[in-house]
Parts: sequence; C-alpha cells; structure tokens
Amino acid sequence: MTDREPAFRELARRYEAKTGIKVNFELYAPSDAYSQKVRAAAQGANLPDIFGILVKKRDFASFIKAGYVLDLTPYMDENGSLWRNKFFAKALAVDEFGEGNSYGVKTGIYGVPIDIVTIQMLYNKDLLKQLGYQRPPQTFAEFLDMGKKIKVAKLQGLVSGWVENWLIDCFANNFAFNIMGKDKVLATIRGEVPYTDPDWVKVLTLFKEMRDSGILAEAVVTMINKTAEQLFANEKAVFAFNGSWCVNVYKSMNPGLDYAAMLPPKASDKFPMTVWGGAGSSFMVNATSKNKDTAIRFLQWLTDTEQQAYLAEATNNLPANKESLPKIPEVLAGFSKAIDSSTHPNIWDVSEFPVVIESLDRGIQAIILGEKTPVEVAAEVQKIKERELARKDNRPR
Amino acid sequence: MKIRSALENYGFILPALSIFAVFYIIPFFFVLRLSFFDWDGIGRLSSATFVGLGNFKEILLQDPNWWQAMRNAGWITFIALTFQNILAFMLAVACDREIRMKNFYRLIFFIPPILSEIVVGMVWRFIINDVDGANIINRFLAQAGLAQFIHNWLADPKTALTTVAIVHSWKGFGWGFLIFLAGLQTIPREFYEAARVDGANAWQTFRKITVPLLMPVIILVAILTILGTMQAFVLILGLVGGELAGHTSVPVLRILDVMRDSSRFGYSCALGINLGVILVIISFIQYAFSNRARALTQDYEHIPSE
Amino acid sequence: MSIYHQSKKAVVNTLIHLFLLAVAVTCIYPLLWMVASSFKTQGTIFSDISLIPRQFHFENYYLALTKGDFGRYFLNSVFYTVSAVLGIVFISSLAAYAFSRLRFPGRNIIFAVFIAAMMIPIPGSFVSLFVLLNKLHLRNTSLGYILCMINVGLATSIFLLKTFFDKMPRELEDAARIDGCSKLGIWWNVALPLSRPVLAVVVIFNALNVWNEYVLALIIFDSKHLMPLQRALMLFRGEFLTNYPLLMAGLTITALPIIVLYLFMQRYIVKGVASAGVFG
Repeated sequence: MTDREPAFRELARRYEAKTGIKVNFELYAPSDAYSQKVRAAAQGANLPDIFGILVKKRDFASFIKAGYVLDLTPYMDENGSLWRNKFFAKALAVDEFGEGNSYGVKTGIYGVPIDIVTIQMLYNKDLLKQLGYQRPPQTFAEFLDMGKKIKVAKLQGLVSGWVENWLIDCFANNFAFNIMGKDKVLATIRGEVPYTDPDWVKVLTLFKEMRDSGILAEAVVTMINKTAEQLFANEKAVFAFNGSWCVNVYKSMNPGLDYAAMLPPKASDKFPMTVWGGAGSSFMVNATSKNKDTAIRFLQWLTDTEQQAYLAEATNNLPANKESLPKIPEVLAGFSKAIDSSTHPNIWDVSEFPVVIESLDRGIQAIILGEKTPVEVAAEVQKIKERELARKDNRPR
Repeated sequence: MKIRSALENYGFILPALSIFAVFYIIPFFFVLRLSFFDWDGIGRLSSATFVGLGNFKEILLQDPNWWQAMRNAGWITFIALTFQNILAFMLAVACDREIRMKNFYRLIFFIPPILSEIVVGMVWRFIINDVDGANIINRFLAQAGLAQFIHNWLADPKTALTTVAIVHSWKGFGWGFLIFLAGLQTIPREFYEAARVDGANAWQTFRKITVPLLMPVIILVAILTILGTMQAFVLILGLVGGELAGHTSVPVLRILDVMRDSSRFGYSCALGINLGVILVIISFIQYAFSNRARALTQDYEHIPSE
Repeated sequence: MSIYHQSKKAVVNTLIHLFLLAVAVTCIYPLLWMVASSFKTQGTIFSDISLIPRQFHFENYYLALTKGDFGRYFLNSVFYTVSAVLGIVFISSLAAYAFSRLRFPGRNIIFAVFIAAMMIPIPGSFVSLFVLLNKLHLRNTSLGYILCMINVGLATSIFLLKTFFDKMPRELEDAARIDGCSKLGIWWNVALPLSRPVLAVVVIFNALNVWNEYVLALIIFDSKHLMPLQRALMLFRGEFLTNYPLLMAGLTITALPIIVLYLFMQRYIVKGVASAGVFG
C-alpha cells in the first residue's frame, strides 16, 4: 500500500538525521506485485537487509527454512524482553512460530510487526437511522431482517470485495469461530473434523440466508474491493466488510462520512464472535545480510512509541506498539477495540491447504449466486480436503 | 577458407540464435522439467520435490477447476469461430464487391484488433457494467422500450462468459475480415462471370465458387482463432477482473493464479504443457483438414501480397 | 440493364452499406466514448452520456500525467517499443539473410526449429521465464523485458524476411560482391534497403505487439518506475478504479499513439495480414 510512502520517507529522513545511517524504503503496489518481488529476490539471493513477506504462514515458513530470515528472539528478549513487551501480543504472534508448530520451523520470532490490521464490519450511522434503527444489529437474525427495508429504500446492504477470495474466507471464518469455536476450526484444518460437519454446513447456510434476505449487495461476488469502498463512502451501502486500512480510504473519498466499526452480528451464543486481526505488515531481517545489527537497531527505533504514533497518525493505520494507542482517531480506536477479539490464520499452528481454501471460497460464491446448496459445497470441499491429506501423507517432505 | 566462411555465416544468425536459445529453448525444457516437480518458488530449486507424473495425474483426474477453465475457453472459442468468423466473412464478402467507401470500412474494422486487451477490457467494462460503469447498453435498451432485457451483463455468472466472448469477438473479427478479404480478392473475376453466364444465382455462385475456393483460408482463420482464443485471458482481467467463482476462468488465467497465489510453480508448468499439447493436437487435425481442402481446390494459388 | 435490376442493385447496396456502417459504428463508438469520458468530471460522467461533453475538462490528463505518473509509463512504453523493434529488425534480418543466401552446416535444421517455435505454443512459459530471468538478474530490468520482447517477435519476422529474400533477384548482390563488398556490407547496403516494404510490415506488427504486451510486463516488473503503460493501467485501476474520468484519460493516453501509428501505416497492416496472417 503505497499511500504510506511519504510517511516512511519522512521516518527515513529522521533516522538519517539522528544516526547518519541512510535507510532506503522501496514500496510496491499492489500486494501481488510485492509477493512476486520478494519471492524472486529470495531465489536470486538479492533480498535487501530488511524486507516484508506478504504471504501465508506456510510460505513464510518456506522462507525461514530456506535460511532467508533471521530469528529475532534473542533481540526481542534482551534487557528483560524490553522490545517484545512493546507490542500487542496479537501482532507479534503473526511473526511467531510456536513450540512444535506443524511447519517444522524452529521456535522463535521471525519478524517485527509495524502496524495492525483488523477486518470488521462497518455501518453507516446516518443510513441506519434513516431506516429507523437506533443501533447496529446485534444478532444475525436482526441483521437479515434489515434486508427488506434496505431493499425498499433502494440502498445496498453489505458491500465487500468478494470477487477476491480472501475477504470471503475471512467472513466465513469469523462465523466459524462464532458457531463452533476455535478448537473445532483448527481440528477441521488438521483433518480431524470434516467440512461436512453440521456446524460447517451452518456456516455455509449463513451465506444462503444472506442471499435470500437481500441483505447482500447486488453483484457482491463480482465486486472489486475498491468498488465496495466507493459504494460505502458514497452512502449507497449500509454495511461494509473491510479492513482497518479503509479509514484512510473513506477519508479520501468522503471526509464527511459518519460510520463506525462493529463486530459481525452473532449467529450463535455458544462461542464469542472473532474477527481477523494482527500485524498488517511486518519486517523481516535478512539472515544473510552483513548489516544485521544495524537493521535490527533501525527496526527497534522504528517500533518505538514516538515513531509508531507518527506512523499511525500519518497513515491512519493502527500501531503495533500498544503504547502509541492514545493518540489515534476515533474511528480507528473503534477498530482497535476488536484487537482483543481477533485472531488470524497466521497465528494458528496449522494452516489450511490453499486449494481447500480456494474451493471453500468458490463454493461460497456459488451459494451466493444460487448455484449450489450449502450441503453440496460442504461435500465438495471435504472431497478436496481428503485428497490433499492423502497426498501429504504420500509425499516425502 | 571454407570453414572461415561458414563461421562468418554463423555470425549472422548468432544474435538471433542466442536470444532464441536463452528465451525460448531453455524455458521450453525448463517448463518440461519443472512440470515433474513440486516447488513453491521460495526455497532453492535444488530443494524441489520430484513427483514424477503426479502433477499430470492431478490435472487429468482431480482438477475440476482446470477443466472448467477449459470449457469456458472452449465456449469463448466456439463463439469466436461462429459469431466472430461468420461476421468477418460476411463483412469481407460485402467489401469484396464494387462498393464505395471500401477503404474506409477496411480502416475502421481493423481498429479493435490494434488495441490492447487491457484497454478494450476496461473501456467495455465501463460501457456495460452496472456497478462501476455507465451501462450504456442498458440505457439504450431502456430508451428503446426494451426494459425487460436490462441486465447486469458482467456480474451475472450466466451471462458474464458470453459477454466476454462477444467483446473478444468484437476485438478479433478484424483479423478474420482482412484475411478473408485478401483471400476473396484472389478469386479470379472470370469465375463469377462464367457462373452468371451459366445462369447461376448469387447463392449458387457463393456456394459453388466462393466457399470452396476460400476453404484453405477459412481453415487458416479457424486455426488462428482457436490458437488465439484458447490462450486469451488478459481481456478477462480488464473486463471482469477475476475468475468470477470460476465462471470466467480460462486456462492461462488458471496457470497464472496457480503460480502466483498457490505458489505451485511445478503444477502451473504442468498445466501449461497440458494446454500446449491440446493446442498442438487441434492444429494438427486442422492442418490435415486444410491439406485435404487444398487437394480439393487445386486451382487455389498462394495469396499474393498486394 | 433493366430498371428492375438497377433498383434492386441500389436496394442491395443500401442494405450492405447499412450493415457495414452499423458494424463500423460499434467499432469506433467505444473509443469515442472513452475519449469523451476523459474530458468529463466524476459528477457529469454518468449524467452526461453524450459523445461531446458540455464542458471539456483537461485536468484529468494533467492528473493522469502527474498523480498517475503516466508521463513516465508512456516514455517507458516508447522506449521498450523502439528498442525491441529495432532489435527485431536488425537481428531477424541478419538471420533471415543468412538463412536465405548464405551456406553453413545445419542451416535448414536451425531454420526449421525457428519455424516450429512459431507453431508450437507453450502457454505458461512465463513461469519459467520468471525463474530464468531471475537467475540471470534480468528480472525487473528494462534489458530483460526488451530481450524477451525481441524473442517474441523473432521467429515470425525471420520467416517473413526470409520469404522475401528468397524471391529477391540476386543480380544486385552479385554486383556489390564484384565491387568488393563484404557479406555484411551486402546485407546492409543491398538486402536491407531492398526489403523496406517487408520491414515496414515487421515494424508495424512488432510495434503493436510490444506496445500492447501485458503478461511479460506483469511477470518481469515489480518496480513502478520501470513499468510500461499496459501494466501501469492495471495498477492504476487498482488505485483509482472509481475515478472514471481519470481512468479514461489513462486509457486514452495508452490507446491514442497506437491508433495514430495505425492510421499512418495502415497499408502495411493489410499487406502483412494478406501474407497469410502469420502474426495471429
């Protein structure tokens, strides 16, 4: 996200003025261009001293196992864990590999979180009032019920960039945690619970219910997130499902927009609603670099309270350093509340096969399009899951 | 002396040969090799796992997404072969007559082919999309009193692929048009004259003279259409933006996604080979056909350049 | 001819013209619409759907060139196109001349390999090019992209030029040889100038091809400042998707040069396509 470029430039300038060490930030957009870049740099053995890895945990582990990433644990634990304690534990967890993790990576912290992203629902305060609601929906049933009124008012319900799979994945996961709890979700990923389990079918059915109630925006599965952001910013949609980076986006599109963040409405009382959140971007230190120590000192400075506060203010992103929180805008603070109820696939000690995630997301798109039933999708996903599990057992790793 | 001369002559092809070797031959064998491996593109290549024919087995038996993409591309190709090429043929026949503004039409019809797929995709998206476009088509339908046909063409998975195919045909028909026109102009006018003297009507002349004599050209256009369309995908990126839950996925888009999103480099190479082999087989079949057609129409000479 | 026949012919001709005109309109309408939209504002673009905007707003171009950095992408595209086309012209004409006129062992086999390459598609070769260019440290460089684009145009250009050289009379070359001209001198002074009409075909088609290329640019470049227009447009869309007039200005900047080039070199396109449509 290159909207952060001026802020990083400024920080580099300050650091040079202070220490005489020149730091050159190179930012890439969009994120797929970046993950292509960093992968190529690794293969070509020309990774910079500090780099980010914008990929799934599984790929992160590959980077570590190939020897590209420095284990930062000793530095984090220096002086009574001074550095480690500055961060939100949830943010740091994204860069951590725990004891006996399934990736076969040595226990440790392999990255420094720079900011935090949470992905939540947002609602337009004015529109909700116009529709006659005093507060955002508390339960899923209430949420579905709003669909009719929204249709009548010729507005869109929930908008989100669901042409991209990961936002769907994230939405589904929130409800999976809510309906069956973390342990069962992780057990599914480990292959101990099938996707055909009634709880998973229930998660998939939520999408069917949303479709039927008219609460989903038209064409939501063909929507690019930018379009969704524009619809929400222009007050054409009542709800949005988006990451906390949107604060900056909405501000540029419509400074007067009156909105707030909320947790998705609960579909079950059994388990708490959980949203995705954690380090938005992290920096890794090149294990083969000659400037390791300099790089680490710079990262320590960059994640200090003052620099973090500056970064948060300049880019409207949540800081990773918890001591910088007091100074951030109100809407953003609303996002920060969700950090406590957040999780992220990258902090689980297992991760789902990319093809299984793909089939789940596609299946959900098909449900929204009315082409498949939740039961059919569950069966399809499970079939692919079993295939991948069998393959994993057959192959030397 | 002779050896020196030969070496000197090699010097002429050396630049071409070295570029070709590095950027075509090596990648060709590299794709072949990599298709037998499982490799995430992160660790060193030497750490890739050899899986034998595993990738191909998965393609053939367990990858419905790939075959859906194939079917989609097949549908686009079908529309290109019929709608696009028939349109091109009709336009060429129309322009082959003594008609005014012939050069003007020829100029205009080849404008879509010279534009990039990105530009075409984005402009058409803007013209026909509901969410982020002006949807001129729907406005036109509304004004023409055909409001019942108003539709969200690109967002509805039932119509998205056909919409893509029609835009693809719009972009591509100029090629067929020019090739057909060049072919038509090689047919000696005396043949038509003779047919008229024999009392043949326009349709008979068309069926008995134009079509048979043009057969090799028709087959050439068909081959080019299939090869081009089966590999097309950039237009979809511009027009739809993605795979639309598989409804607008096509093979090369899958290859790109498998490489970039799932980081399965070996598997994506295997997919590429699978598609390449299928295309080569199709071309061979058509080539055989065109040889037979050529034998049938011995009068046909090579299309001369202008 | 009877009046009946004449009037029938007039009706048929009118119908044919209507058909041709209708198709012609669909060909240029989207372009006119694109250009017209680029002069509108976000506010008027959906309300004013006429092809002639009520008011011309040039600031979209200004914004595209400054904020969108389209000036740089434009120059990049020009640079890549010119370099690749020049490379193709020299390298392929050298090789085509050798394949046509000079003797050396393996000549026919090597030529056959080039032609086979023209016929055999390897979809997804970008996967290996990505890895290979990375190894050679040519990824994310202008040189890497230009070499790739030269390679793309090579086989067909060699084929076209060889076909031409094969038909070219030998007398002029013989005369030059008697005057003491070297092989390279003959290529440069005799063959190249004579092949001008075919070179024009090679130039125009390769220029179109390079200017419009997207996939290799996607695979090769990560740095924005190196990207050509087509690649930058997709980035631009990600950032400014909802700013339609700005996007349309970007599209116009990308499409206009190639349309102008086409209008000037139109007859070579017809010729190129007529010689069996090899550039499909």
